[in-house]
Amino acid sequence: MEKEFTTVSIPTALYKKAEEAVKGTEFKSVAAYVAHVLREALAKTEGAAEVFSPEDEEKVKERLKALGYID
Amino acid sequence: MILPHGGKLIERVLAGEARAEALVRAKSLPSVALDFDATSEVENIATGVFSPLEGFLGERDFRSVLGEMRLSSDVPWTIPIVLDVDKPTAGRLKIGSEVALLNPAGSPAALLHLEEKYAFDRGKTARSVFGTADPAHPGVAKVLAMKDVLLAGPLDLIAATPTPFDRWKLSPRETRVLFQAKGWRTVVGFQTRNTPHIGHEYVQKAALTYVDGLFINPVIGRKKKGDYKDEVILASYEELIRGYYVPERTTMAVLMMEMRYAGPREAIHHAVIRKNFGCTHIIIGRDHAGVGSYYPPFAAHAIFDAFPDLGIQPLFFRSFYYCRKCLAVVNEKICPHPAADQIQFSGTKIRDLLVQGEYPPAELVRPEVAKAIMDFGNPFNE
Repeated sequence: MEKEFTTVSIPTALYKKAEEAVKGTEFKSVAAYVAHVLREALAKTEGAAEVFSPEDEEKVKERLKALGYID
Repeated sequence: MILPHGGKLIERVLAGEARAEALVRAKSLPSVALDFDATSEVENIATGVFSPLEGFLGERDFRSVLGEMRLSSDVPWTIPIVLDVDKPTAGRLKIGSEVALLNPAGSPAALLHLEEKYAFDRGKTARSVFGTADPAHPGVAKVLAMKDVLLAGPLDLIAATPTPFDRWKLSPRETRVLFQAKGWRTVVGFQTRNTPHIGHEYVQKAALTYVDGLFINPVIGRKKKGDYKDEVILASYEELIRGYYVPERTTMAVLMMEMRYAGPREAIHHAVIRKNFGCTHIIIGRDHAGVGSYYPPFAAHAIFDAFPDLGIQPLFFRSFYYCRKCLAVVNEKICPHPAADQIQFSGTKIRDLLVQGEYPPAELVRPEVAKAIMDFGNPFNE
């Protein structure tokens, strides 16, 4: 069961720059480097966490109080 | 609040009628008996500690985790979370059906919605996860002893299994509410399987200086012979927190999970778990989750470079020691004095003193902490 890949086109000049940049690094290919950069960029677009409903939050707080975590 | 790993906090805990129905149904279903560690894995999946996992890994994810250190969805994941059974047991379980997962007391803990059964290569698994197939490595030994077939599919928790540590057990939902209630926007997690010495205190307080709160999160579960007993770790930390930490800035809860000693891969796993608890930062020390000399001392730091999308910020600590000239715990970046002035935090040395009933020097261990440890008589796993 191999990992699935797809193709993205980038300007040739940019590819060449990336090819130079990965020389002597831990990246085995331009594709690995591009995947790394893309993951880094996408991580920055992550939103904030969901907010619990007031009822749920109150229930949790009751347990936290009972255990002595909050007053 | 930081986003849970994979974007969503998983909660698969049955309640009310659904739970009552599941309990009745479980009695007539084929069952698989879980040991203590597997029971903890089930709870960790169901309560979101292992978000985004909703069950034991299917084959595609399993192979992706071994080869790429990511789920097939590209989400970073370094440790395979799997359920192994022997061939006869697998043979009587039907894909598409439900399986009752029984805790060590024989009570239904969860329902597994069986989607896959698959074989795996123990040697390859060990080499991928631990970087070695040496059976002397405790994590490898466990993999080599695994049964032949892995079961996969989402699960629903029927009941958490009682433990002596329930007073300290919080789910990610609970820690997230707790951090919010305390007004902490940034939280640093500290993973531990040891009693605290002054070096740990230095690291925790150094990290806490830059964030709002400290979450001390000892791992409770299977450890190797000679490790501190779980109750000793908790008692010693309680003593330390009581005497030396600002209560509004520090909290502690346990993580029920076995140690795998997978070094760098486990460091990522530990980071992911703390992210799910709501931590924005995690302390990663020298040889984090290592054992013996299987991993280079800072391999657990370097591996983070491969995960720019992890979402939790590691705080790396290298060496630290007590300096007789500085009269403080320091590190090589801030202390100019020679090795002769340094007192290293040797776990072995501290252990030897405690075994002999002697108090370690106060520069190494707080006397109250040493007393809490020695009060147990034999504080170590047999």
